[in-house]
Order: sequence, then C-alpha cells, then structure tokens
Amino acid sequence: MLDSGLGILNTSPELIALFVGFGLVVGVLFGFFGMGGSFLVTPALLMLDYPATVAVGSGMAFVFGTAVIATLKHHDLGQVDYKLGLIMIIGTTLGIETGRMTVYYLQSVGLAGGIISVAYVLLLGGVGLMVTRDALNSEGGGIDHEAADKDLSEYEIPDVAKKIQRTVRIPPMVSLRGDVRVSLWVITTVAFLTGLLSGFLGVGGGFIRMPAMIYAIGVPVPVAVGTDLFEIVFSGGIGSYLYGQGGGVDLGIVVPLLFGSALGARIGSAATAVVDADGIKVYFGGMLLVGAIAVGVGEVGSYLGNQSIELLGLVLVIGAAVVVAAAILYTSVKSLRMTHRQQASASD
Amino acid sequence: MAGVGVPTWDPETAALIGTILLEAAVLYVGYGGLERLLGPTLMNVLVGGETDAR
Repeated sequence: MLDSGLGILNTSPELIALFVGFGLVVGVLFGFFGMGGSFLVTPALLMLDYPATVAVGSGMAFVFGTAVIATLKHHDLGQVDYKLGLIMIIGTTLGIETGRMTVYYLQSVGLAGGIISVAYVLLLGGVGLMVTRDALNSEGGGIDHEAADKDLSEYEIPDVAKKIQRTVRIPPMVSLRGDVRVSLWVITTVAFLTGLLSGFLGVGGGFIRMPAMIYAIGVPVPVAVGTDLFEIVFSGGIGSYLYGQGGGVDLGIVVPLLFGSALGARIGSAATAVVDADGIKVYFGGMLLVGAIAVGVGEVGSYLGNQSIELLGLVLVIGAAVVVAAAILYTSVKSLRMTHRQQASASD
Repeated sequence: MAGVGVPTWDPETAALIGTILLEAAVLYVGYGGLERLLGPTLMNVLVGGETDAR
C-alpha cells in the first residue's frame, strides 16, 4: 500500500505528462457532457499494462476526486438532495463491495483483465449506440443543459417514474425533493445495481445512475445531476478505500489525472454556456463506439501478444477522446468570436 | 468470492484517500481563483485575436 501511496515519486515524467494531458481531455468531456469522465480511464490503464485491480482502483479514486470537485460546485447551486444521497449509500456500498470482490476473484483465476475488457466493450458499445441514436433523433445524451437549468417547480415527473411510484408501494415510503414519494426498496435496488457496476468497472456509474434516478425514482433532472455526484463522492470514496487496502490505488496515476481533469472540467463546463450541445453529442456517441472498438482491439493484441495491436487500441481510445474534446474547444472559440463579431456590428 | 467484506480501519489507506480529497479541494479553490484572475484576460485573447485580424 505504501508503495502505491508514494507512486507519484516512481512515475516517469513522460507518464505524468500523459496522465495530466489525458486528465485534461477527460475533464473537458465530463464538464461538457456531465458523464464519460471515467469510461476511458480504466480501459486506457489496462492497455498500459497495469494490473486489473490497479486500473479499476485508480480509475475509481480518480472518479472520487472528480466528484468531490463537481459536488462542491453543485452544492453552491442548491442541486443536491442529501437525504436521497445518504439513503443510497448502503445499497451502493454493498454493490461496490460485491463488484470489487468479483474483480479480485477473477484476478486470482487470471481472468480479470479479459472479462473487464469485454464488459467495457459491451458497455461502451451499448451506451455509445444509445447516445448516437438519441443525438440523431435530436434528443441528445448526457445532461440536457436546458433541463438542468430549469426551476424544480417546472419539472414534470416522467410517466414511467409515475407508474413505478404507483405500482411499487412496498413500505417504507420516502418523500424526496421535487414532491417525489417512492419506496425505499426502489432507491436501494437502483443504488445496489449502479454500485455493482462501479465496483466491477471502476466507473462512477453516473451514466446509469442519473437516468435511473430520473426514470425509476422520478427525481428532477437538476437534483439527479447534483445528487448523483454527491453519491459518487461516497461510493468512489468507499470503493477507493477498499481498493486502496489491497494496493489498488496508485497516486502516480490519480494525482496527475486529477490535476488535468479539474482544469478540463472548468473549461468543459464553461463551454456549455456558448455551445449547442446537440451538434456535438453525436461525436460523443461516436467516441464511445470508437472506445469500444479500441478496447476490443487492445484485448486482441494482448491475447495474440502483439504489442503493436495493443498500442493501436491505446492510440484509438485516447485519440477518440482528444478529437471530441478538441471539437468542443474549437466550437466554443468559434461561437465566442461569432457572438463578439455580431455585438461589434450591432454597436457600429 | 466468499462474501461481502467489511472495511477495516487502515491509517495508511485513509491517508491515501485523504491525499486525493485534499488535492481535489486545493484544485477546486486554486483553479477557481485562477479563473477569476486570468479568465477575463484569456477571453480577450481568444475573442480579441479575431478582432485584430479583421
């Protein structure tokens, strides 16, 4: 554990620079889309030949740090339901522990890297297809920036959530913000399943938990965003602690990643104010699909013992993220200049 | 996978997680300060560059 605690001292400057840069890119995506902060980190670490427990544990510790920063911001905006977040902690913790023990078991029989990679291919591919389809249907993926800015009183509970609230009435029932009344068991089930995903893959689970909070529990979008991040602080903190006890958290990975992502998240978040997200979400979906292919390619390279194919997978996964982050930055600057030109013409 | 374990107190691991928490807090405050300090200048450079070019 102490070795991993002092990991930053043992990491080469080149690798630190790579992690800071990758963190910056991941941060821009997280700040702009509100999700996807961690999807790419664990697969990239696996492709860099880190053991599965270190890749998942360090990915989770990175998610924890990112969530702390984002929650501080959402707390200032009054978008965190602390009651819901605290209720979810038990289910999430059990889920994480179950997922973590599965990873350690698979590692002991030599299957962890392969199975986690396959799970990532399915997950990135599935979510990528969903986001791309929704973006092409103009519904978009990730956070709906306009919905997230709405007042809570303007929010309408989705029909599916109303149906769940009417049919699943197993006591005790819990009242939440936004006039929501739901069974404790619905909340616990959502928490356990997303915790399982977090513990197994080292992700925050926001891309599943957030829609689950909105559609299964009926939480208003802005509160779902803030509460999801608050929940990740706990689930990520507990998960990181559990992985850290087994030497799975490497500060040489986490510290530079967080250093870059905290800056990137500010840039991505600021970009939401000037860029129409719908035009870019299709690229985000494409990036996830490329990520799925990249993980698959990397795994094939690893299976064949071919380092060139493994490197191709790594270049693909990082390249896809860089392209989408660059598209966000380019569109933001272009949009800012256009607004500035229009204002200058109007004043002339 | 015999069963679900209970986290036990480990000062070294707690220090590890505390380091990440501290880094997150420092970055939140530090980058926030930098944004306030350099944000307007950076915006001028990004937007003003186009104006000058015209």
